[in-house]
Amino acid sequence: MRGEPVQTRSLANRDGKQVSTQPEPARPRCLPRPGTILGPTALYCSKDHATWPILLGIVPFGLIAGISAVSVGLTPLHGVGMSILVFAGASQLAALQLIGRNAPFLVVAATALIINARLVMYSASLAPHFEEASTGRNALLSYLLTDQAYAFSIRRFAQRDETVRARLSYYLGAAITLWATWQISTAVGAFLGASIPDAWPLDFAIPLVFIALLVPAVGNRADAAAAGVAGALAVLFVGLPYNLGLPLAAATGIVVGIIVERNRS
Amino acid sequence: MRVWSLFLVIATGTFLLRFSVIALWGKIGTVPDSIERGLRFIPPAVLSALVLPAIVTSGGHFEIGPPAAAGLVAILVARKTRNVFLTIVAGMAALWIIQAM
Repeated sequence: MRGEPVQTRSLANRDGKQVSTQPEPARPRCLPRPGTILGPTALYCSKDHATWPILLGIVPFGLIAGISAVSVGLTPLHGVGMSILVFAGASQLAALQLIGRNAPFLVVAATALIINARLVMYSASLAPHFEEASTGRNALLSYLLTDQAYAFSIRRFAQRDETVRARLSYYLGAAITLWATWQISTAVGAFLGASIPDAWPLDFAIPLVFIALLVPAVGNRADAAAAGVAGALAVLFVGLPYNLGLPLAAATGIVVGIIVERNRS
Repeated sequence: MRVWSLFLVIATGTFLLRFSVIALWGKIGTVPDSIERGLRFIPPAVLSALVLPAIVTSGGHFEIGPPAAAGLVAILVARKTRNVFLTIVAGMAALWIIQAM
């Protein structure tokens, strides 16, 4: 709650009203005026909430997404366009890896969408917190929804009972900062990608990013079972046509995870 | 390859997945528990299915070579540090050193 008194005072000055002696504890510290949500206030807000460690984590990931677009034979413009349109890193890298292996259209699209199906879980978890927001705002916050933006805001929403405007401000502040960081890093990667010597084993960067994401995703025995089965089957199915092994292995792993979890509880 | 149409399909589908429950909230019920439990296993299952073939197969065959060893180094560093940047640097450096040996 540090900084609260400053906040109440400045609000009182702006509105010219008396401040109650008991300020509402849920009052956000960086509530933008209407219409300024996309402005610098939002970026300021996110700074306030220590997005920086997360931002540093997505920079190398974004650079590799940009570099990979070029290294699988696309243009830098493709890399930038993909990031703006899709804005979901793991699915972008998986799609690029498959494009590099000449997988058919449907397999690439299906694999990317299977990876992103987890976003439904975040959508469900955030929905009650934004039910009073307009459809336009909801569409915007949906486009910006990522693992990081979710993890960030849900922690806060669970702790505090705030107005929907305060939640939007908090969420958009973090999400837009993440968005901008991702776009800049993929663009830098895409334009640098062309000048990186072929001798560098950059193909290996994609699995390394996935390892960095996989390790924290395995939290218990059920996760480990899902990961183990999916990984082993993916290796076994590596010769299957159209790269179908990946979706098959992943689907089986998910089912195994559910079964293991059910048996434990 | 029809790259832009591929991107548009992935982008539209991804947006609909993100918007799904937020858009339908209050109009229909929430996500059934069983589905939500399934969604939780997507990250470990999919990421593992992407990682393992990339580090233990080569040209469509099982092979324990430099990428497998470098991948193992990356996994250990990821477990220890939980840091994306260090994981990538360690994996790349390991691959480079092992290949040079």
